[in-house]
Amino acid sequence: MYSRKVIQKFEETLNNPQAHNVGRMDTNAKNVGTGMVGAPACGDVMRLQIEVNDKDVITDCKFKTYGCGSAIASSQQMIEMLIGKTLEEAKNIKDREIAELLELPSIKIHCSVLAEDSIKKAIADYESKKT
Amino acid sequence: MKSNLVYFDYASTTPVDPRVAEKMHECLLLDGNFGNPASRSHEFGWKADEAVEKARLHVANLVKADSREIVWTSGATESDNLAIKGAARFYKDRGNHIITSKIEHKAVLDPCRQLEREGFEITYLDPDENGVISLENIKKHVKDSTILLSIMHINNELGAVNDIEAIGKFTRENDIIFHVDAAQSTGKLPIDLSKLDVDLMSFSGHKTYGPKGIGALYVRRKPRIRLEALIHGGGHERGFRSGTLPTHQIVGMGEAFRIADEEMEKDNKKIAKLADLFWKEVSGIEEIYLNGSFKNKIPNITNISFAYIEGESLIMALKDVAVSSGSACTSASLEPSYVLRALGRADELAHSSIRFSFGRFTTEKEVKMVAETTKRVVHQLRELSPLWDMFKDGVDLEKVEWVTH
Repeated sequence: MYSRKVIQKFEETLNNPQAHNVGRMDTNAKNVGTGMVGAPACGDVMRLQIEVNDKDVITDCKFKTYGCGSAIASSQQMIEMLIGKTLEEAKNIKDREIAELLELPSIKIHCSVLAEDSIKKAIADYESKKT
Repeated sequence: MKSNLVYFDYASTTPVDPRVAEKMHECLLLDGNFGNPASRSHEFGWKADEAVEKARLHVANLVKADSREIVWTSGATESDNLAIKGAARFYKDRGNHIITSKIEHKAVLDPCRQLEREGFEITYLDPDENGVISLENIKKHVKDSTILLSIMHINNELGAVNDIEAIGKFTRENDIIFHVDAAQSTGKLPIDLSKLDVDLMSFSGHKTYGPKGIGALYVRRKPRIRLEALIHGGGHERGFRSGTLPTHQIVGMGEAFRIADEEMEKDNKKIAKLADLFWKEVSGIEEIYLNGSFKNKIPNITNISFAYIEGESLIMALKDVAVSSGSACTSASLEPSYVLRALGRADELAHSSIRFSFGRFTTEKEVKMVAETTKRVVHQLRELSPLWDMFKDGVDLEKVEWVTH
């Protein structure tokens, strides 16, 4: 049911969370955007936080995810894609890319959709603080 | 199989006992007992028939029935189908109402759904918070048109035990046919059908260290219960179930049930000790909930909800341990367990349940190892869980407005 990539990402994150951007940032900081999506009733909740510099580049990310192995692996994959990108580039990350990289089966596509949603929400939160 | 993999899923199936496998081997080859038990014209047939009848006696003995009351089937699923559809269709002139519960196995629920399509009316009872179906609840829903009640003896996800003795007394007095799915019971709880007022009872070979693909249905003779057969062709098993009898499977189930009769006490003592040890080890973990009640469950099954962790990720993290979340038949879907939902568990607790089930070959070393691993990975997964953060921050998750997708 799970691809080798999902299992690898999941286990790396589980066994060494600090090195894999698990954590939280100050939600109120001006240079931090937070996006939390999903619901306990659906079996997954993803919280993504991005730290953005004055050139609109994402310099760091933190996440925590409640969900299946694919949801946790998708979060990890998303983080790898986000760091170093500008906000405009980040907005163009599609759930399909994450799903393809992780070889998610169709029953798990919602995990990558959740990741894309969390990026959009985190950026929107950051931008709302700037204005 | 990988030797470092620990099997804690005995409620979904058990390995065949080596003594059973040996008996089965004797019924396969040319120089063994391979004949067709229905062949009346030569010794190959007679010998096979003898082995089948001996096995039938072993099954009957374990549940204190007459061997003529045991009908071979392909498994508990077929037994449930034959009992429920067979009785409903035969007795349809008496009434069209059937009572069962929401936490039955799918092998009971799906035949009930089929009967609904055929015009029967089915009442699905709610269990209490521990997964038990009370007699009071049954009484409340009985009508003049009620012909059949189907309630499981032991719930396969929780291990919760129903009082089939009291329920049987009531159904007998009220002329309602009583079917019990006892797939999880054999070798775990004593069953005495000479005393119980149960009319139909389903058994499985592979839940009791016998082979898969074989089961039996108990069909009471006094008072006589009749059924409309599902499978026709040759009139085997007194017309209840046609088809050539699989001697090796039957002999396997017979031997497995004979051993169960002999070793039930020993097995149960050992498993109860292991279950106590396991709970002692894991119960120190914060925010975990036992599904079911120690007062009324078999020790073989320990079903725990780990709050703020999703069950599938927990199973994945417990990679050297074979456990299941909910029933194996439904765990391919993303739905939380329908059994836990019926208990009124919140979704996040239903999503996070794991069934640990122990058996004859479980060792103390394995129990300690699994308990240690469970403690470790629960801690790790909570480090990853935003819900755990929120719980620790004192946020009421019920009041959060979630962004569903």
